[in-house]
Parts: sequence; C-alpha cells; structure tokens
Amino acid sequence: MINFILRRLMVAIPTLLVLIVVSFLIMHAAPGSPFSSEKPLPPAVKANIEKKYGLDKPLYVQITNYITNVVTRFDFGPSFRYKDQNVNDLIAEGFPVTLKYGSIAFFLALIIGVSIGIFAALKQNSWQDYSTQGFAIVGQVLPNFVMAPILVLVFTLTLGWLPGGGWEGGQLKFMVLPVIALATSYMASIARITRSSMIEVLHSNFIRTARAKGLPFRYIIFRHALKPALLPVVSYLGPTFVAMVTGSVIVDSFFSTGGIGIHFVNSALNRDYSVLMGVTILLGALTILFSTVVDIMYAWIDPKIRY
Amino acid sequence: MKVITKTIAAGIISVAMLSPMAYAKKHPITGEELAANQTYTYRLLDEIDSLDPQLIEGVDASHVARDLFEGLVNQDTDGNLMPGVAQRWVATPDNMSFRFYLRQNAKWSNGDPVTAHDFVYAWRRLADPATASPYSWFIEIMNVENASAIVSGEKEPSTLGVKAVDDYTLDVKLSQPMPYFPKMVAHTSTFPVNQKVIEKFGADWTKPGNMVGNGAYVLTEYVVNERSVRERNKYYWNNDATIIDKVVAMVINDENQAYARFKAGEVMKTDIPAGQFQRLLKENPEETKSMPQLCTYYYNFNMTRAPFDDVRVRQALSYAIDRDVIAERILGAGQTSAYVFTPPKTNGFVTPDLAWEHMTQKERDQKAKELLAEAGFSKANPLKLAILYNTSEDHKKIAIAISQMWKQKLGVDASLENLEWKTYLETKKLPDYDVSRAGWCGDYNEASTFLTLMMSDNAQNDSKYKNPQYDALMKESTGMADPNVNYTQAEQLLARDMPIAPIYHYAEDIAISKYLKGWPYNNIEQNIYSKDLYIIAH
Repeated sequence: MINFILRRLMVAIPTLLVLIVVSFLIMHAAPGSPFSSEKPLPPAVKANIEKKYGLDKPLYVQITNYITNVVTRFDFGPSFRYKDQNVNDLIAEGFPVTLKYGSIAFFLALIIGVSIGIFAALKQNSWQDYSTQGFAIVGQVLPNFVMAPILVLVFTLTLGWLPGGGWEGGQLKFMVLPVIALATSYMASIARITRSSMIEVLHSNFIRTARAKGLPFRYIIFRHALKPALLPVVSYLGPTFVAMVTGSVIVDSFFSTGGIGIHFVNSALNRDYSVLMGVTILLGALTILFSTVVDIMYAWIDPKIRY
Repeated sequence: MKVITKTIAAGIISVAMLSPMAYAKKHPITGEELAANQTYTYRLLDEIDSLDPQLIEGVDASHVARDLFEGLVNQDTDGNLMPGVAQRWVATPDNMSFRFYLRQNAKWSNGDPVTAHDFVYAWRRLADPATASPYSWFIEIMNVENASAIVSGEKEPSTLGVKAVDDYTLDVKLSQPMPYFPKMVAHTSTFPVNQKVIEKFGADWTKPGNMVGNGAYVLTEYVVNERSVRERNKYYWNNDATIIDKVVAMVINDENQAYARFKAGEVMKTDIPAGQFQRLLKENPEETKSMPQLCTYYYNFNMTRAPFDDVRVRQALSYAIDRDVIAERILGAGQTSAYVFTPPKTNGFVTPDLAWEHMTQKERDQKAKELLAEAGFSKANPLKLAILYNTSEDHKKIAIAISQMWKQKLGVDASLENLEWKTYLETKKLPDYDVSRAGWCGDYNEASTFLTLMMSDNAQNDSKYKNPQYDALMKESTGMADPNVNYTQAEQLLARDMPIAPIYHYAEDIAISKYLKGWPYNNIEQNIYSKDLYIIAH
C-alpha cells in the first residue's frame, strides 16, 4: 500500500505540471486580455500594465516564471482583476469557507443519502421505497440554482427564520441554506446509488447463505452487505467531495458566502489568469489526492483489490 | 414626603432622559427624526476591483472610494461642485492654470494633516508608468502639463504640471485651456493618498488596519466576495455633520436574490431586476426609483466595411429604429429615446435642433426606405448584416427588436451575433463586425466626455468615423470659454454622418428603503457620498 501511495504521488507531480502547462496555454489562447475593457487603454498605458504583470514577455518565459514561483515560493501571483489582492490571499480566505460548508454538506449528504438508500433497499417495492425514490428523484432534478431561490423564498421571505445570504464568519444561521442547497442533489444521488447497490448485494449468494445459516438480519446487513454495497458509493465520493469542498458557483454567488467556488467562472470570464490558474491547480491537486484516498478506501472495503 | 416625591420625580426624569425617545436626534436641516441605528447596508453587484484611488476602474469601487477618501471637490445631490479638501479655487483668465486653496482642518484618519503635497504625490502616482494605473489616461485628458509624456515613459513623474506652493495651496498647470477642469477633479483617480502608508505597507496598504484615508469613513472590515464595512472617521473635518455611522457593502451577484434580501430588510438599496421595474413600481412605488444617468446606448456602424461606408445606409438603418418602442416598451424603466450621443441632461450641453428627431416615426421610416433604395438595396437585393452584442438579456431583446424593425420596414436580413464580454470587446476593437452595440457613461459631467470618443484618433471610436471638420470643432472646444456651441455643432455632424445610431439614454433603477434619505436622485453621474445620507426613524 505504501508503495502504491508513493507511486501515485510520483505520478501526481507530472500530472499537475501537465495540467498547469495545458491550462496556461488554453487560457492564453482565449480571445481578449485581462485588461481589455469598454474603454480601451491607450497603448502606452496598456504596455505599462502588461509590463507590471509580466505579460510583455514571451509565453514560454511566462510559463517558466509561473511554475518557478509556484514551486519555489508557493506564490500564485497577484490577481489581475482584484488589484489589491493576490491569489494566495484569495484562496486562503475563500477556501476555508467552501471547505466548511462543503464538508458539512458532504457528510450530511453522505449520512442521509446512505441511510435513505439502505432503507429503500430493505423496503424494496413498498410504499416507503417508492416515496424515498420519489424524494431522491425530486432532489436530483432540482439543481441548486432552483433550490437556492426556493429556500430563500420559504425560510427568509415567508418564515423569516434565516438570513438570505452572507457568511458572518460562518455562523450557523448563515450556513444552513447554503448547506441544504448544496447537499440536496448529492444526497439524492447517493441515496439512489446506495439503493441499487444494496439491492444487488442483498440478492447475491453470500447473503442468501448467511440468511440460510440463520444469522440475524441486522447482523447480515451491517456485517456482510454494507461494505460491498458501499463500493459504488465510495467511487462516487472522491470527485463529489472535491466538487463540494471547492465550492459551488451557484451557492457562492447566490448566498454571498465569500467562498472560492465563484472564482471558477468569474476568473475565466474576467481573464484573471492568475486566479484561474490558482483555482485550477487547487482543484487538480485535490482531485488527485482524493482519487488516491478513494483507492485506499477501496482496498479497505474489499481486500480482494490489490495494487 | 417631599423628599420622596422629588426623588421619584428625578428618577422618572432620569429614566425618560435615558430612553431612546428622549435622545432621538433630528436632522439639522429637515428636522426629520433620525433612527437610532444609522447603518446603511447596500448591495454590490460584484466584488470591487480595488480600493486604491489610482487603481480603481469600476463605478462601484468609486462609490466606496468616495467614502474613504476626499478629493479637492465634492458634488451635492444635484451634481453641483462643492468644496472638498479645497475650500475654493481660481483659474487664470486663459484657463491654463488653476490654484486650489486647501482647508487646514482636513486630516488623514491617523490624525496627520492633509496637504497639497499629498495631492502632488497622488497625481504623480496616477501618471507614473510604474503604478500601471488603468486610469492614467484620465490625467492625460485632464491635460495636466507633461502628463502624456510621463505616462508613455518619456519624462519623469516629477515633471508633472502640479505643484504644492505651500502646505495648503496647490497649483496645476495645463497643456491646453480647460474651463471645466474643476469638474474633472471630482473623479476618484485624482483623490489624495498617503505616501507614508503606501511606502510602509506596499500593495497591502488598502487592507483594513493598514489603510489611512481622508474621507468621512475608514475601512474596518473586508471579506472578498462577501462584504466590506466602513465606519465613521473621527478625524474627518466635517464629522460632526455626518449622520450615517456605518456603511456595509454586501456582494450579491444575483439581482433577484439581491431584491429578495432587500425585501427581507437585509439591504437598504439594490438594483431592480431586469424587466421588473414597472411591476415593482406598481407594487411598491415608494421604494422603486428611476434616475437619469450620464450614459448612452448606441449602435456602431463599421465604416471600414461596405456598405456601411455609405452614409445613406447608415442613416436608413438609424431612422428605421423606433426608439420609443425600445425605451418605453422593451426596457420601460425610465430610459429615454436618444437622437444625440450626449445625454441632454449633461451639464451645460445645448441639445441641437435635429430635423429627424422632430419627424414622426412613419416619416422616418419612409425616409429610410428612400435612402436604402438610393443606396441600391431592395427586397430583391436585400441588405444583409450581423448585429454584434455581448451576452445580456437586454442586449438580446434590443437586437431582436431592431432586426425585426429593419426586416419589416426595410427588408434587411439581420442576423444576431452574441459573444461573451472579452471576446466581444476584442472583435469590436478590430473592427470585425457590421453593426455592434455599445454603451458609454461619462467620466465627468461635460459633453466632451462623450464627443471626444468620435474623434478620428480616439481609441474608443469603434465605428472608425473620420471627419476633419468634427476633429477641428472638438479641438477648438477645449480652449473656449463656452465650448457648448461647438458641441452642438459636433452633434449635428454626427446626426448628418450617422457613424453611430444613438438608441436610448440610460436610467438607473433602484429599490431603495423609504427610510433612507439624502439620495442624490438629481446627480446624473450618480456620485454617492454616504456622509450625505441619513436614516429616518421607523
């Protein structure tokens, strides 16, 4: 296993380098520059600004300088759009926010989703199964950009229980709506995956054998069925966790959380090269990390899997 | 007994005096009763680009900067110039030099005095290529001596035509006469900054705790993409007259969500979601407002490309646009039909009497048909063109309406070309389009902020209009005591040559709490100073 982890880390470094170079080239190939605006800058002014941000140099020099700064000093450079900020600060301020509401939403989605999925599988083809499936389908077809305004309409405007947005340092009442908006569709997906997988496992021979041996049903479920039933869920969890903790554009934008999710779209639209690169590298690194974690969990759940 | 009665009476009076009613303050001029909580919270569409006056580009950031810093002049709620750090100013008879006399009680938020040297430092910083200010072009159009040479790196910033005669006297020397120069120093890029603080903290000088300003407020909190907070500056020279204690700017990207939070009482001012003005005006007239803006929406004709190099084609296309339909029915939120480039409410601007403006739309349509036929287009040989616009529901609706007007009235086949913002800018600049949408908001309240755009060598002249007569009029206007005579003539040339089709003059639609007073409804530049606002008791 240690060899496997080391191997994965060795592959991660060139993977990240390729990601940086390809993203950098694609970004620069897009038309428009970070400094193009309705009021075009006089050539001398534009040249001064490009010089300040190093955009006056050939592309290969820019890439080399960028990678050198990231690797040697962990410096992601200044934001081109938010002139008073650098990318390190933007990520350092925004990532804890998305990590907080994303993690809570993730565990909420996981616990409730798995519970609902198991419950539905155990009550297969009963009214309980149909109603939980119905709930899961509604949850899946309600994207968070629909869910968010509904939540605000109900809990802020009608009931007046919760604020419609803001973060205020992550106080509970400010976190409730973003967490629900983010968790719902993931929870529904986890419930559906768990249900299908659990039904499949419950119909397998080893469960039939366990039942024939007269083992208590609860014991069979928790001791024999749960682990193999969770394999497809675990493979879904890796990318899901990364997507949730790096924030959602909709949640950040709608609830003004100050998270980094919003930078994924805005930095591309603003051609804010440095922020776009920063969030891309963060997303890439987390994806590699959690893919490895998922692989390790696979081995733990199913000892037959060897690396 | 008497002692007991007196004691009880004294107690009652003391309690009464401590109650909010007893302490309720009144507005010193209007006499309105003021709310105990003077916190003004408003919505920002997007995170501001900077808080550094010399680096700011966006309108929203300028609003924040007007609270944190104060320039030589301010504006009142009608947009008239008011003393700021400068108590008064005089121009030489040729309008080539200006002297500003600074108040001696102006202080930075660390208690240091604000002096003429601070302005010299800020203006040199604005022009200095090392600052790389996106607004350094502004000091060029202010025509401060040597500004252009400094921006392009040919001269040292120290050669800029601005000088501190003493601590409280600032002299400005211009390269050409500018009678309206004082209006331009209301712009945030000309606001002073504290040299010591910038040198001490570098790029971090704008962070809360580091920033030192000379405005009515100081920055106390800043969370990117969530909120920024500014609170009263006890050193501000007019702090006693300031009523709002705290200003909170909340970043809310989604306009419908922002309106929901307005209704929930979380923000006191936000923008009206697109297309909902009329409905909200009926539902909540007291809190739904529309104000004219110093902005014009127009279409460019690419004059480098046939057949748009033919004035008859340009005139025909412009005449056939029913502006009232667009302004009143499609937008319907206080926008007004535009027949000239410069908004008629621009300070001092005399709108020309244009024949085509006085025609009925039917007459304009008839004239358009004749002109297009003369240019060689007919239903058998239709004019084909593409309308370029950037992603926005309103731009799309307008483009669809205009393409239909052209189709029905003139048989023109107009297709729509939608590009995202940066790609659209690049395409427009080349120019690689037939007809493109554009919008322009003035940087100062004077017609030249619009009309210089159409000069041959102006980078923003996207239609590539070239008319020596127009250029001469605009060049001459800079030295005139009353340049509006030339501006009127320049507009007449634009109406004749039609390089652009003005469509409507913008209006700003806002939802604003009925308890928030002092809003500058008549300031066409919408320059807001929180120090002039107040919240009445409710």
